[in-house]
Amino acid sequence: MAEEAIKLGGKRKSIFIDKVKKLLPEGGNLNLCLTCGACSSGCPATGLENMDPRKFLRMAALGLDEELTSTPWIWMCTMCYRCVYACPMKIDIPALVYAARASWPREKRPKGLVGSCDMALRNMSRSAMGTPPEDFAFVVGDVLEEYREAQPEFKDMKAPIDKKGAHFFLNQNSREPVTEPDEMVPLWKILHIVGADWTYGSKGWAAENYCMFLADDDSWKKIVETSIKAAKELECKVFLNTE
Amino acid sequence: MYQYYAKWIREGKLKVNSDWNKDLKIKFTVQDPCQIVRKSYGDVVADDLRYVVKSIVGEENFIDMTPNKSNNYCCGGGGGALQAGYKEQRLQYGLVKDKQIKATGADYCIAACHNCHSQIHELSKYYKGNYSVVHLWTLLCLSLGILGENERAYLGDDLREVAVYGA
Repeated sequence: MAEEAIKLGGKRKSIFIDKVKKLLPEGGNLNLCLTCGACSSGCPATGLENMDPRKFLRMAALGLDEELTSTPWIWMCTMCYRCVYACPMKIDIPALVYAARASWPREKRPKGLVGSCDMALRNMSRSAMGTPPEDFAFVVGDVLEEYREAQPEFKDMKAPIDKKGAHFFLNQNSREPVTEPDEMVPLWKILHIVGADWTYGSKGWAAENYCMFLADDDSWKKIVETSIKAAKELECKVFLNTE
Repeated sequence: MYQYYAKWIREGKLKVNSDWNKDLKIKFTVQDPCQIVRKSYGDVVADDLRYVVKSIVGEENFIDMTPNKSNNYCCGGGGGALQAGYKEQRLQYGLVKDKQIKATGADYCIAACHNCHSQIHELSKYYKGNYSVVHLWTLLCLSLGILGENERAYLGDDLREVAVYGA
């Protein structure tokens, strides 16, 4: 015996998926799903919070906006784009996840992300650990001095900050200068050996951007702008992301 | 960064070799960072990454994960997950990566991305993987013979005393 069909009553109430479609080229292909499940079968976040990428997209298509914008799964998905890569229709599910993140009131978003973003907004380093430019300069100078003295082959090694006209503008994850400064040295050595002309910037040196993960667009932009402006002012040719 | 490492090795500016590992035969695998490979430059940069890795550890000591390159699984450390507070779920997410690494039998997983590095480091401890996680710069300097004793925080005991600069 077939069960009685579920009847959907009333008008289509979805606005969330339509809003996201408007933001994306080709509407992010959000209405092209074939329901094949290639996305979910290769997603490490499948099953967390009883959610998976296909389910998330189907829920969007069905207009279940409240469920979409309240599930904490959107903070567990890393927006790695493997679902898009696997998808025969190249549907931009991560953009939907990002939009769901952005729909949360800022103060309700994960505290760790809010905190890291706010730290980066405190000063011009744009470091998620809040390290001010002068502390960064001190650590870099201190470590450099130590290694130049201890390792004779590197007595001329440099780790410049704000060197105008340097070819590379190199950024630096805050973790090294703050918690394990010796880990900065191998990369300096490599750059020294190849004779690379490089510099850090006192402004915008930090490589991480938690405002982006927080889906706080204005702050994300502010952080990127600080780094780009610093690189331009120093007339650097290449913006080089650290490992 | 990987493209420059590869370029500098090809141009002979970084005179790396894998002699240090000829007898040790320590096995390495590599994590393809989603942001750099799948989301930005594609397999071209993944190939550069492998060229660098094979040049410094020896081709016979490199074991790829399956799947890999643009088709690789995310480790679970990206997208803000490390700071988002859902630790249990993040580790559950990373189980896929842990199994992938264990299947290679490698002693080390090279993670030239900070998010991957932190996450995989934690996965190895949590799931008792016994594999270490290293930055690429550490191994580059090791193979150049310029890695000092204080620059080895992520090397295991097997490499603690190999080719120490200044020793």
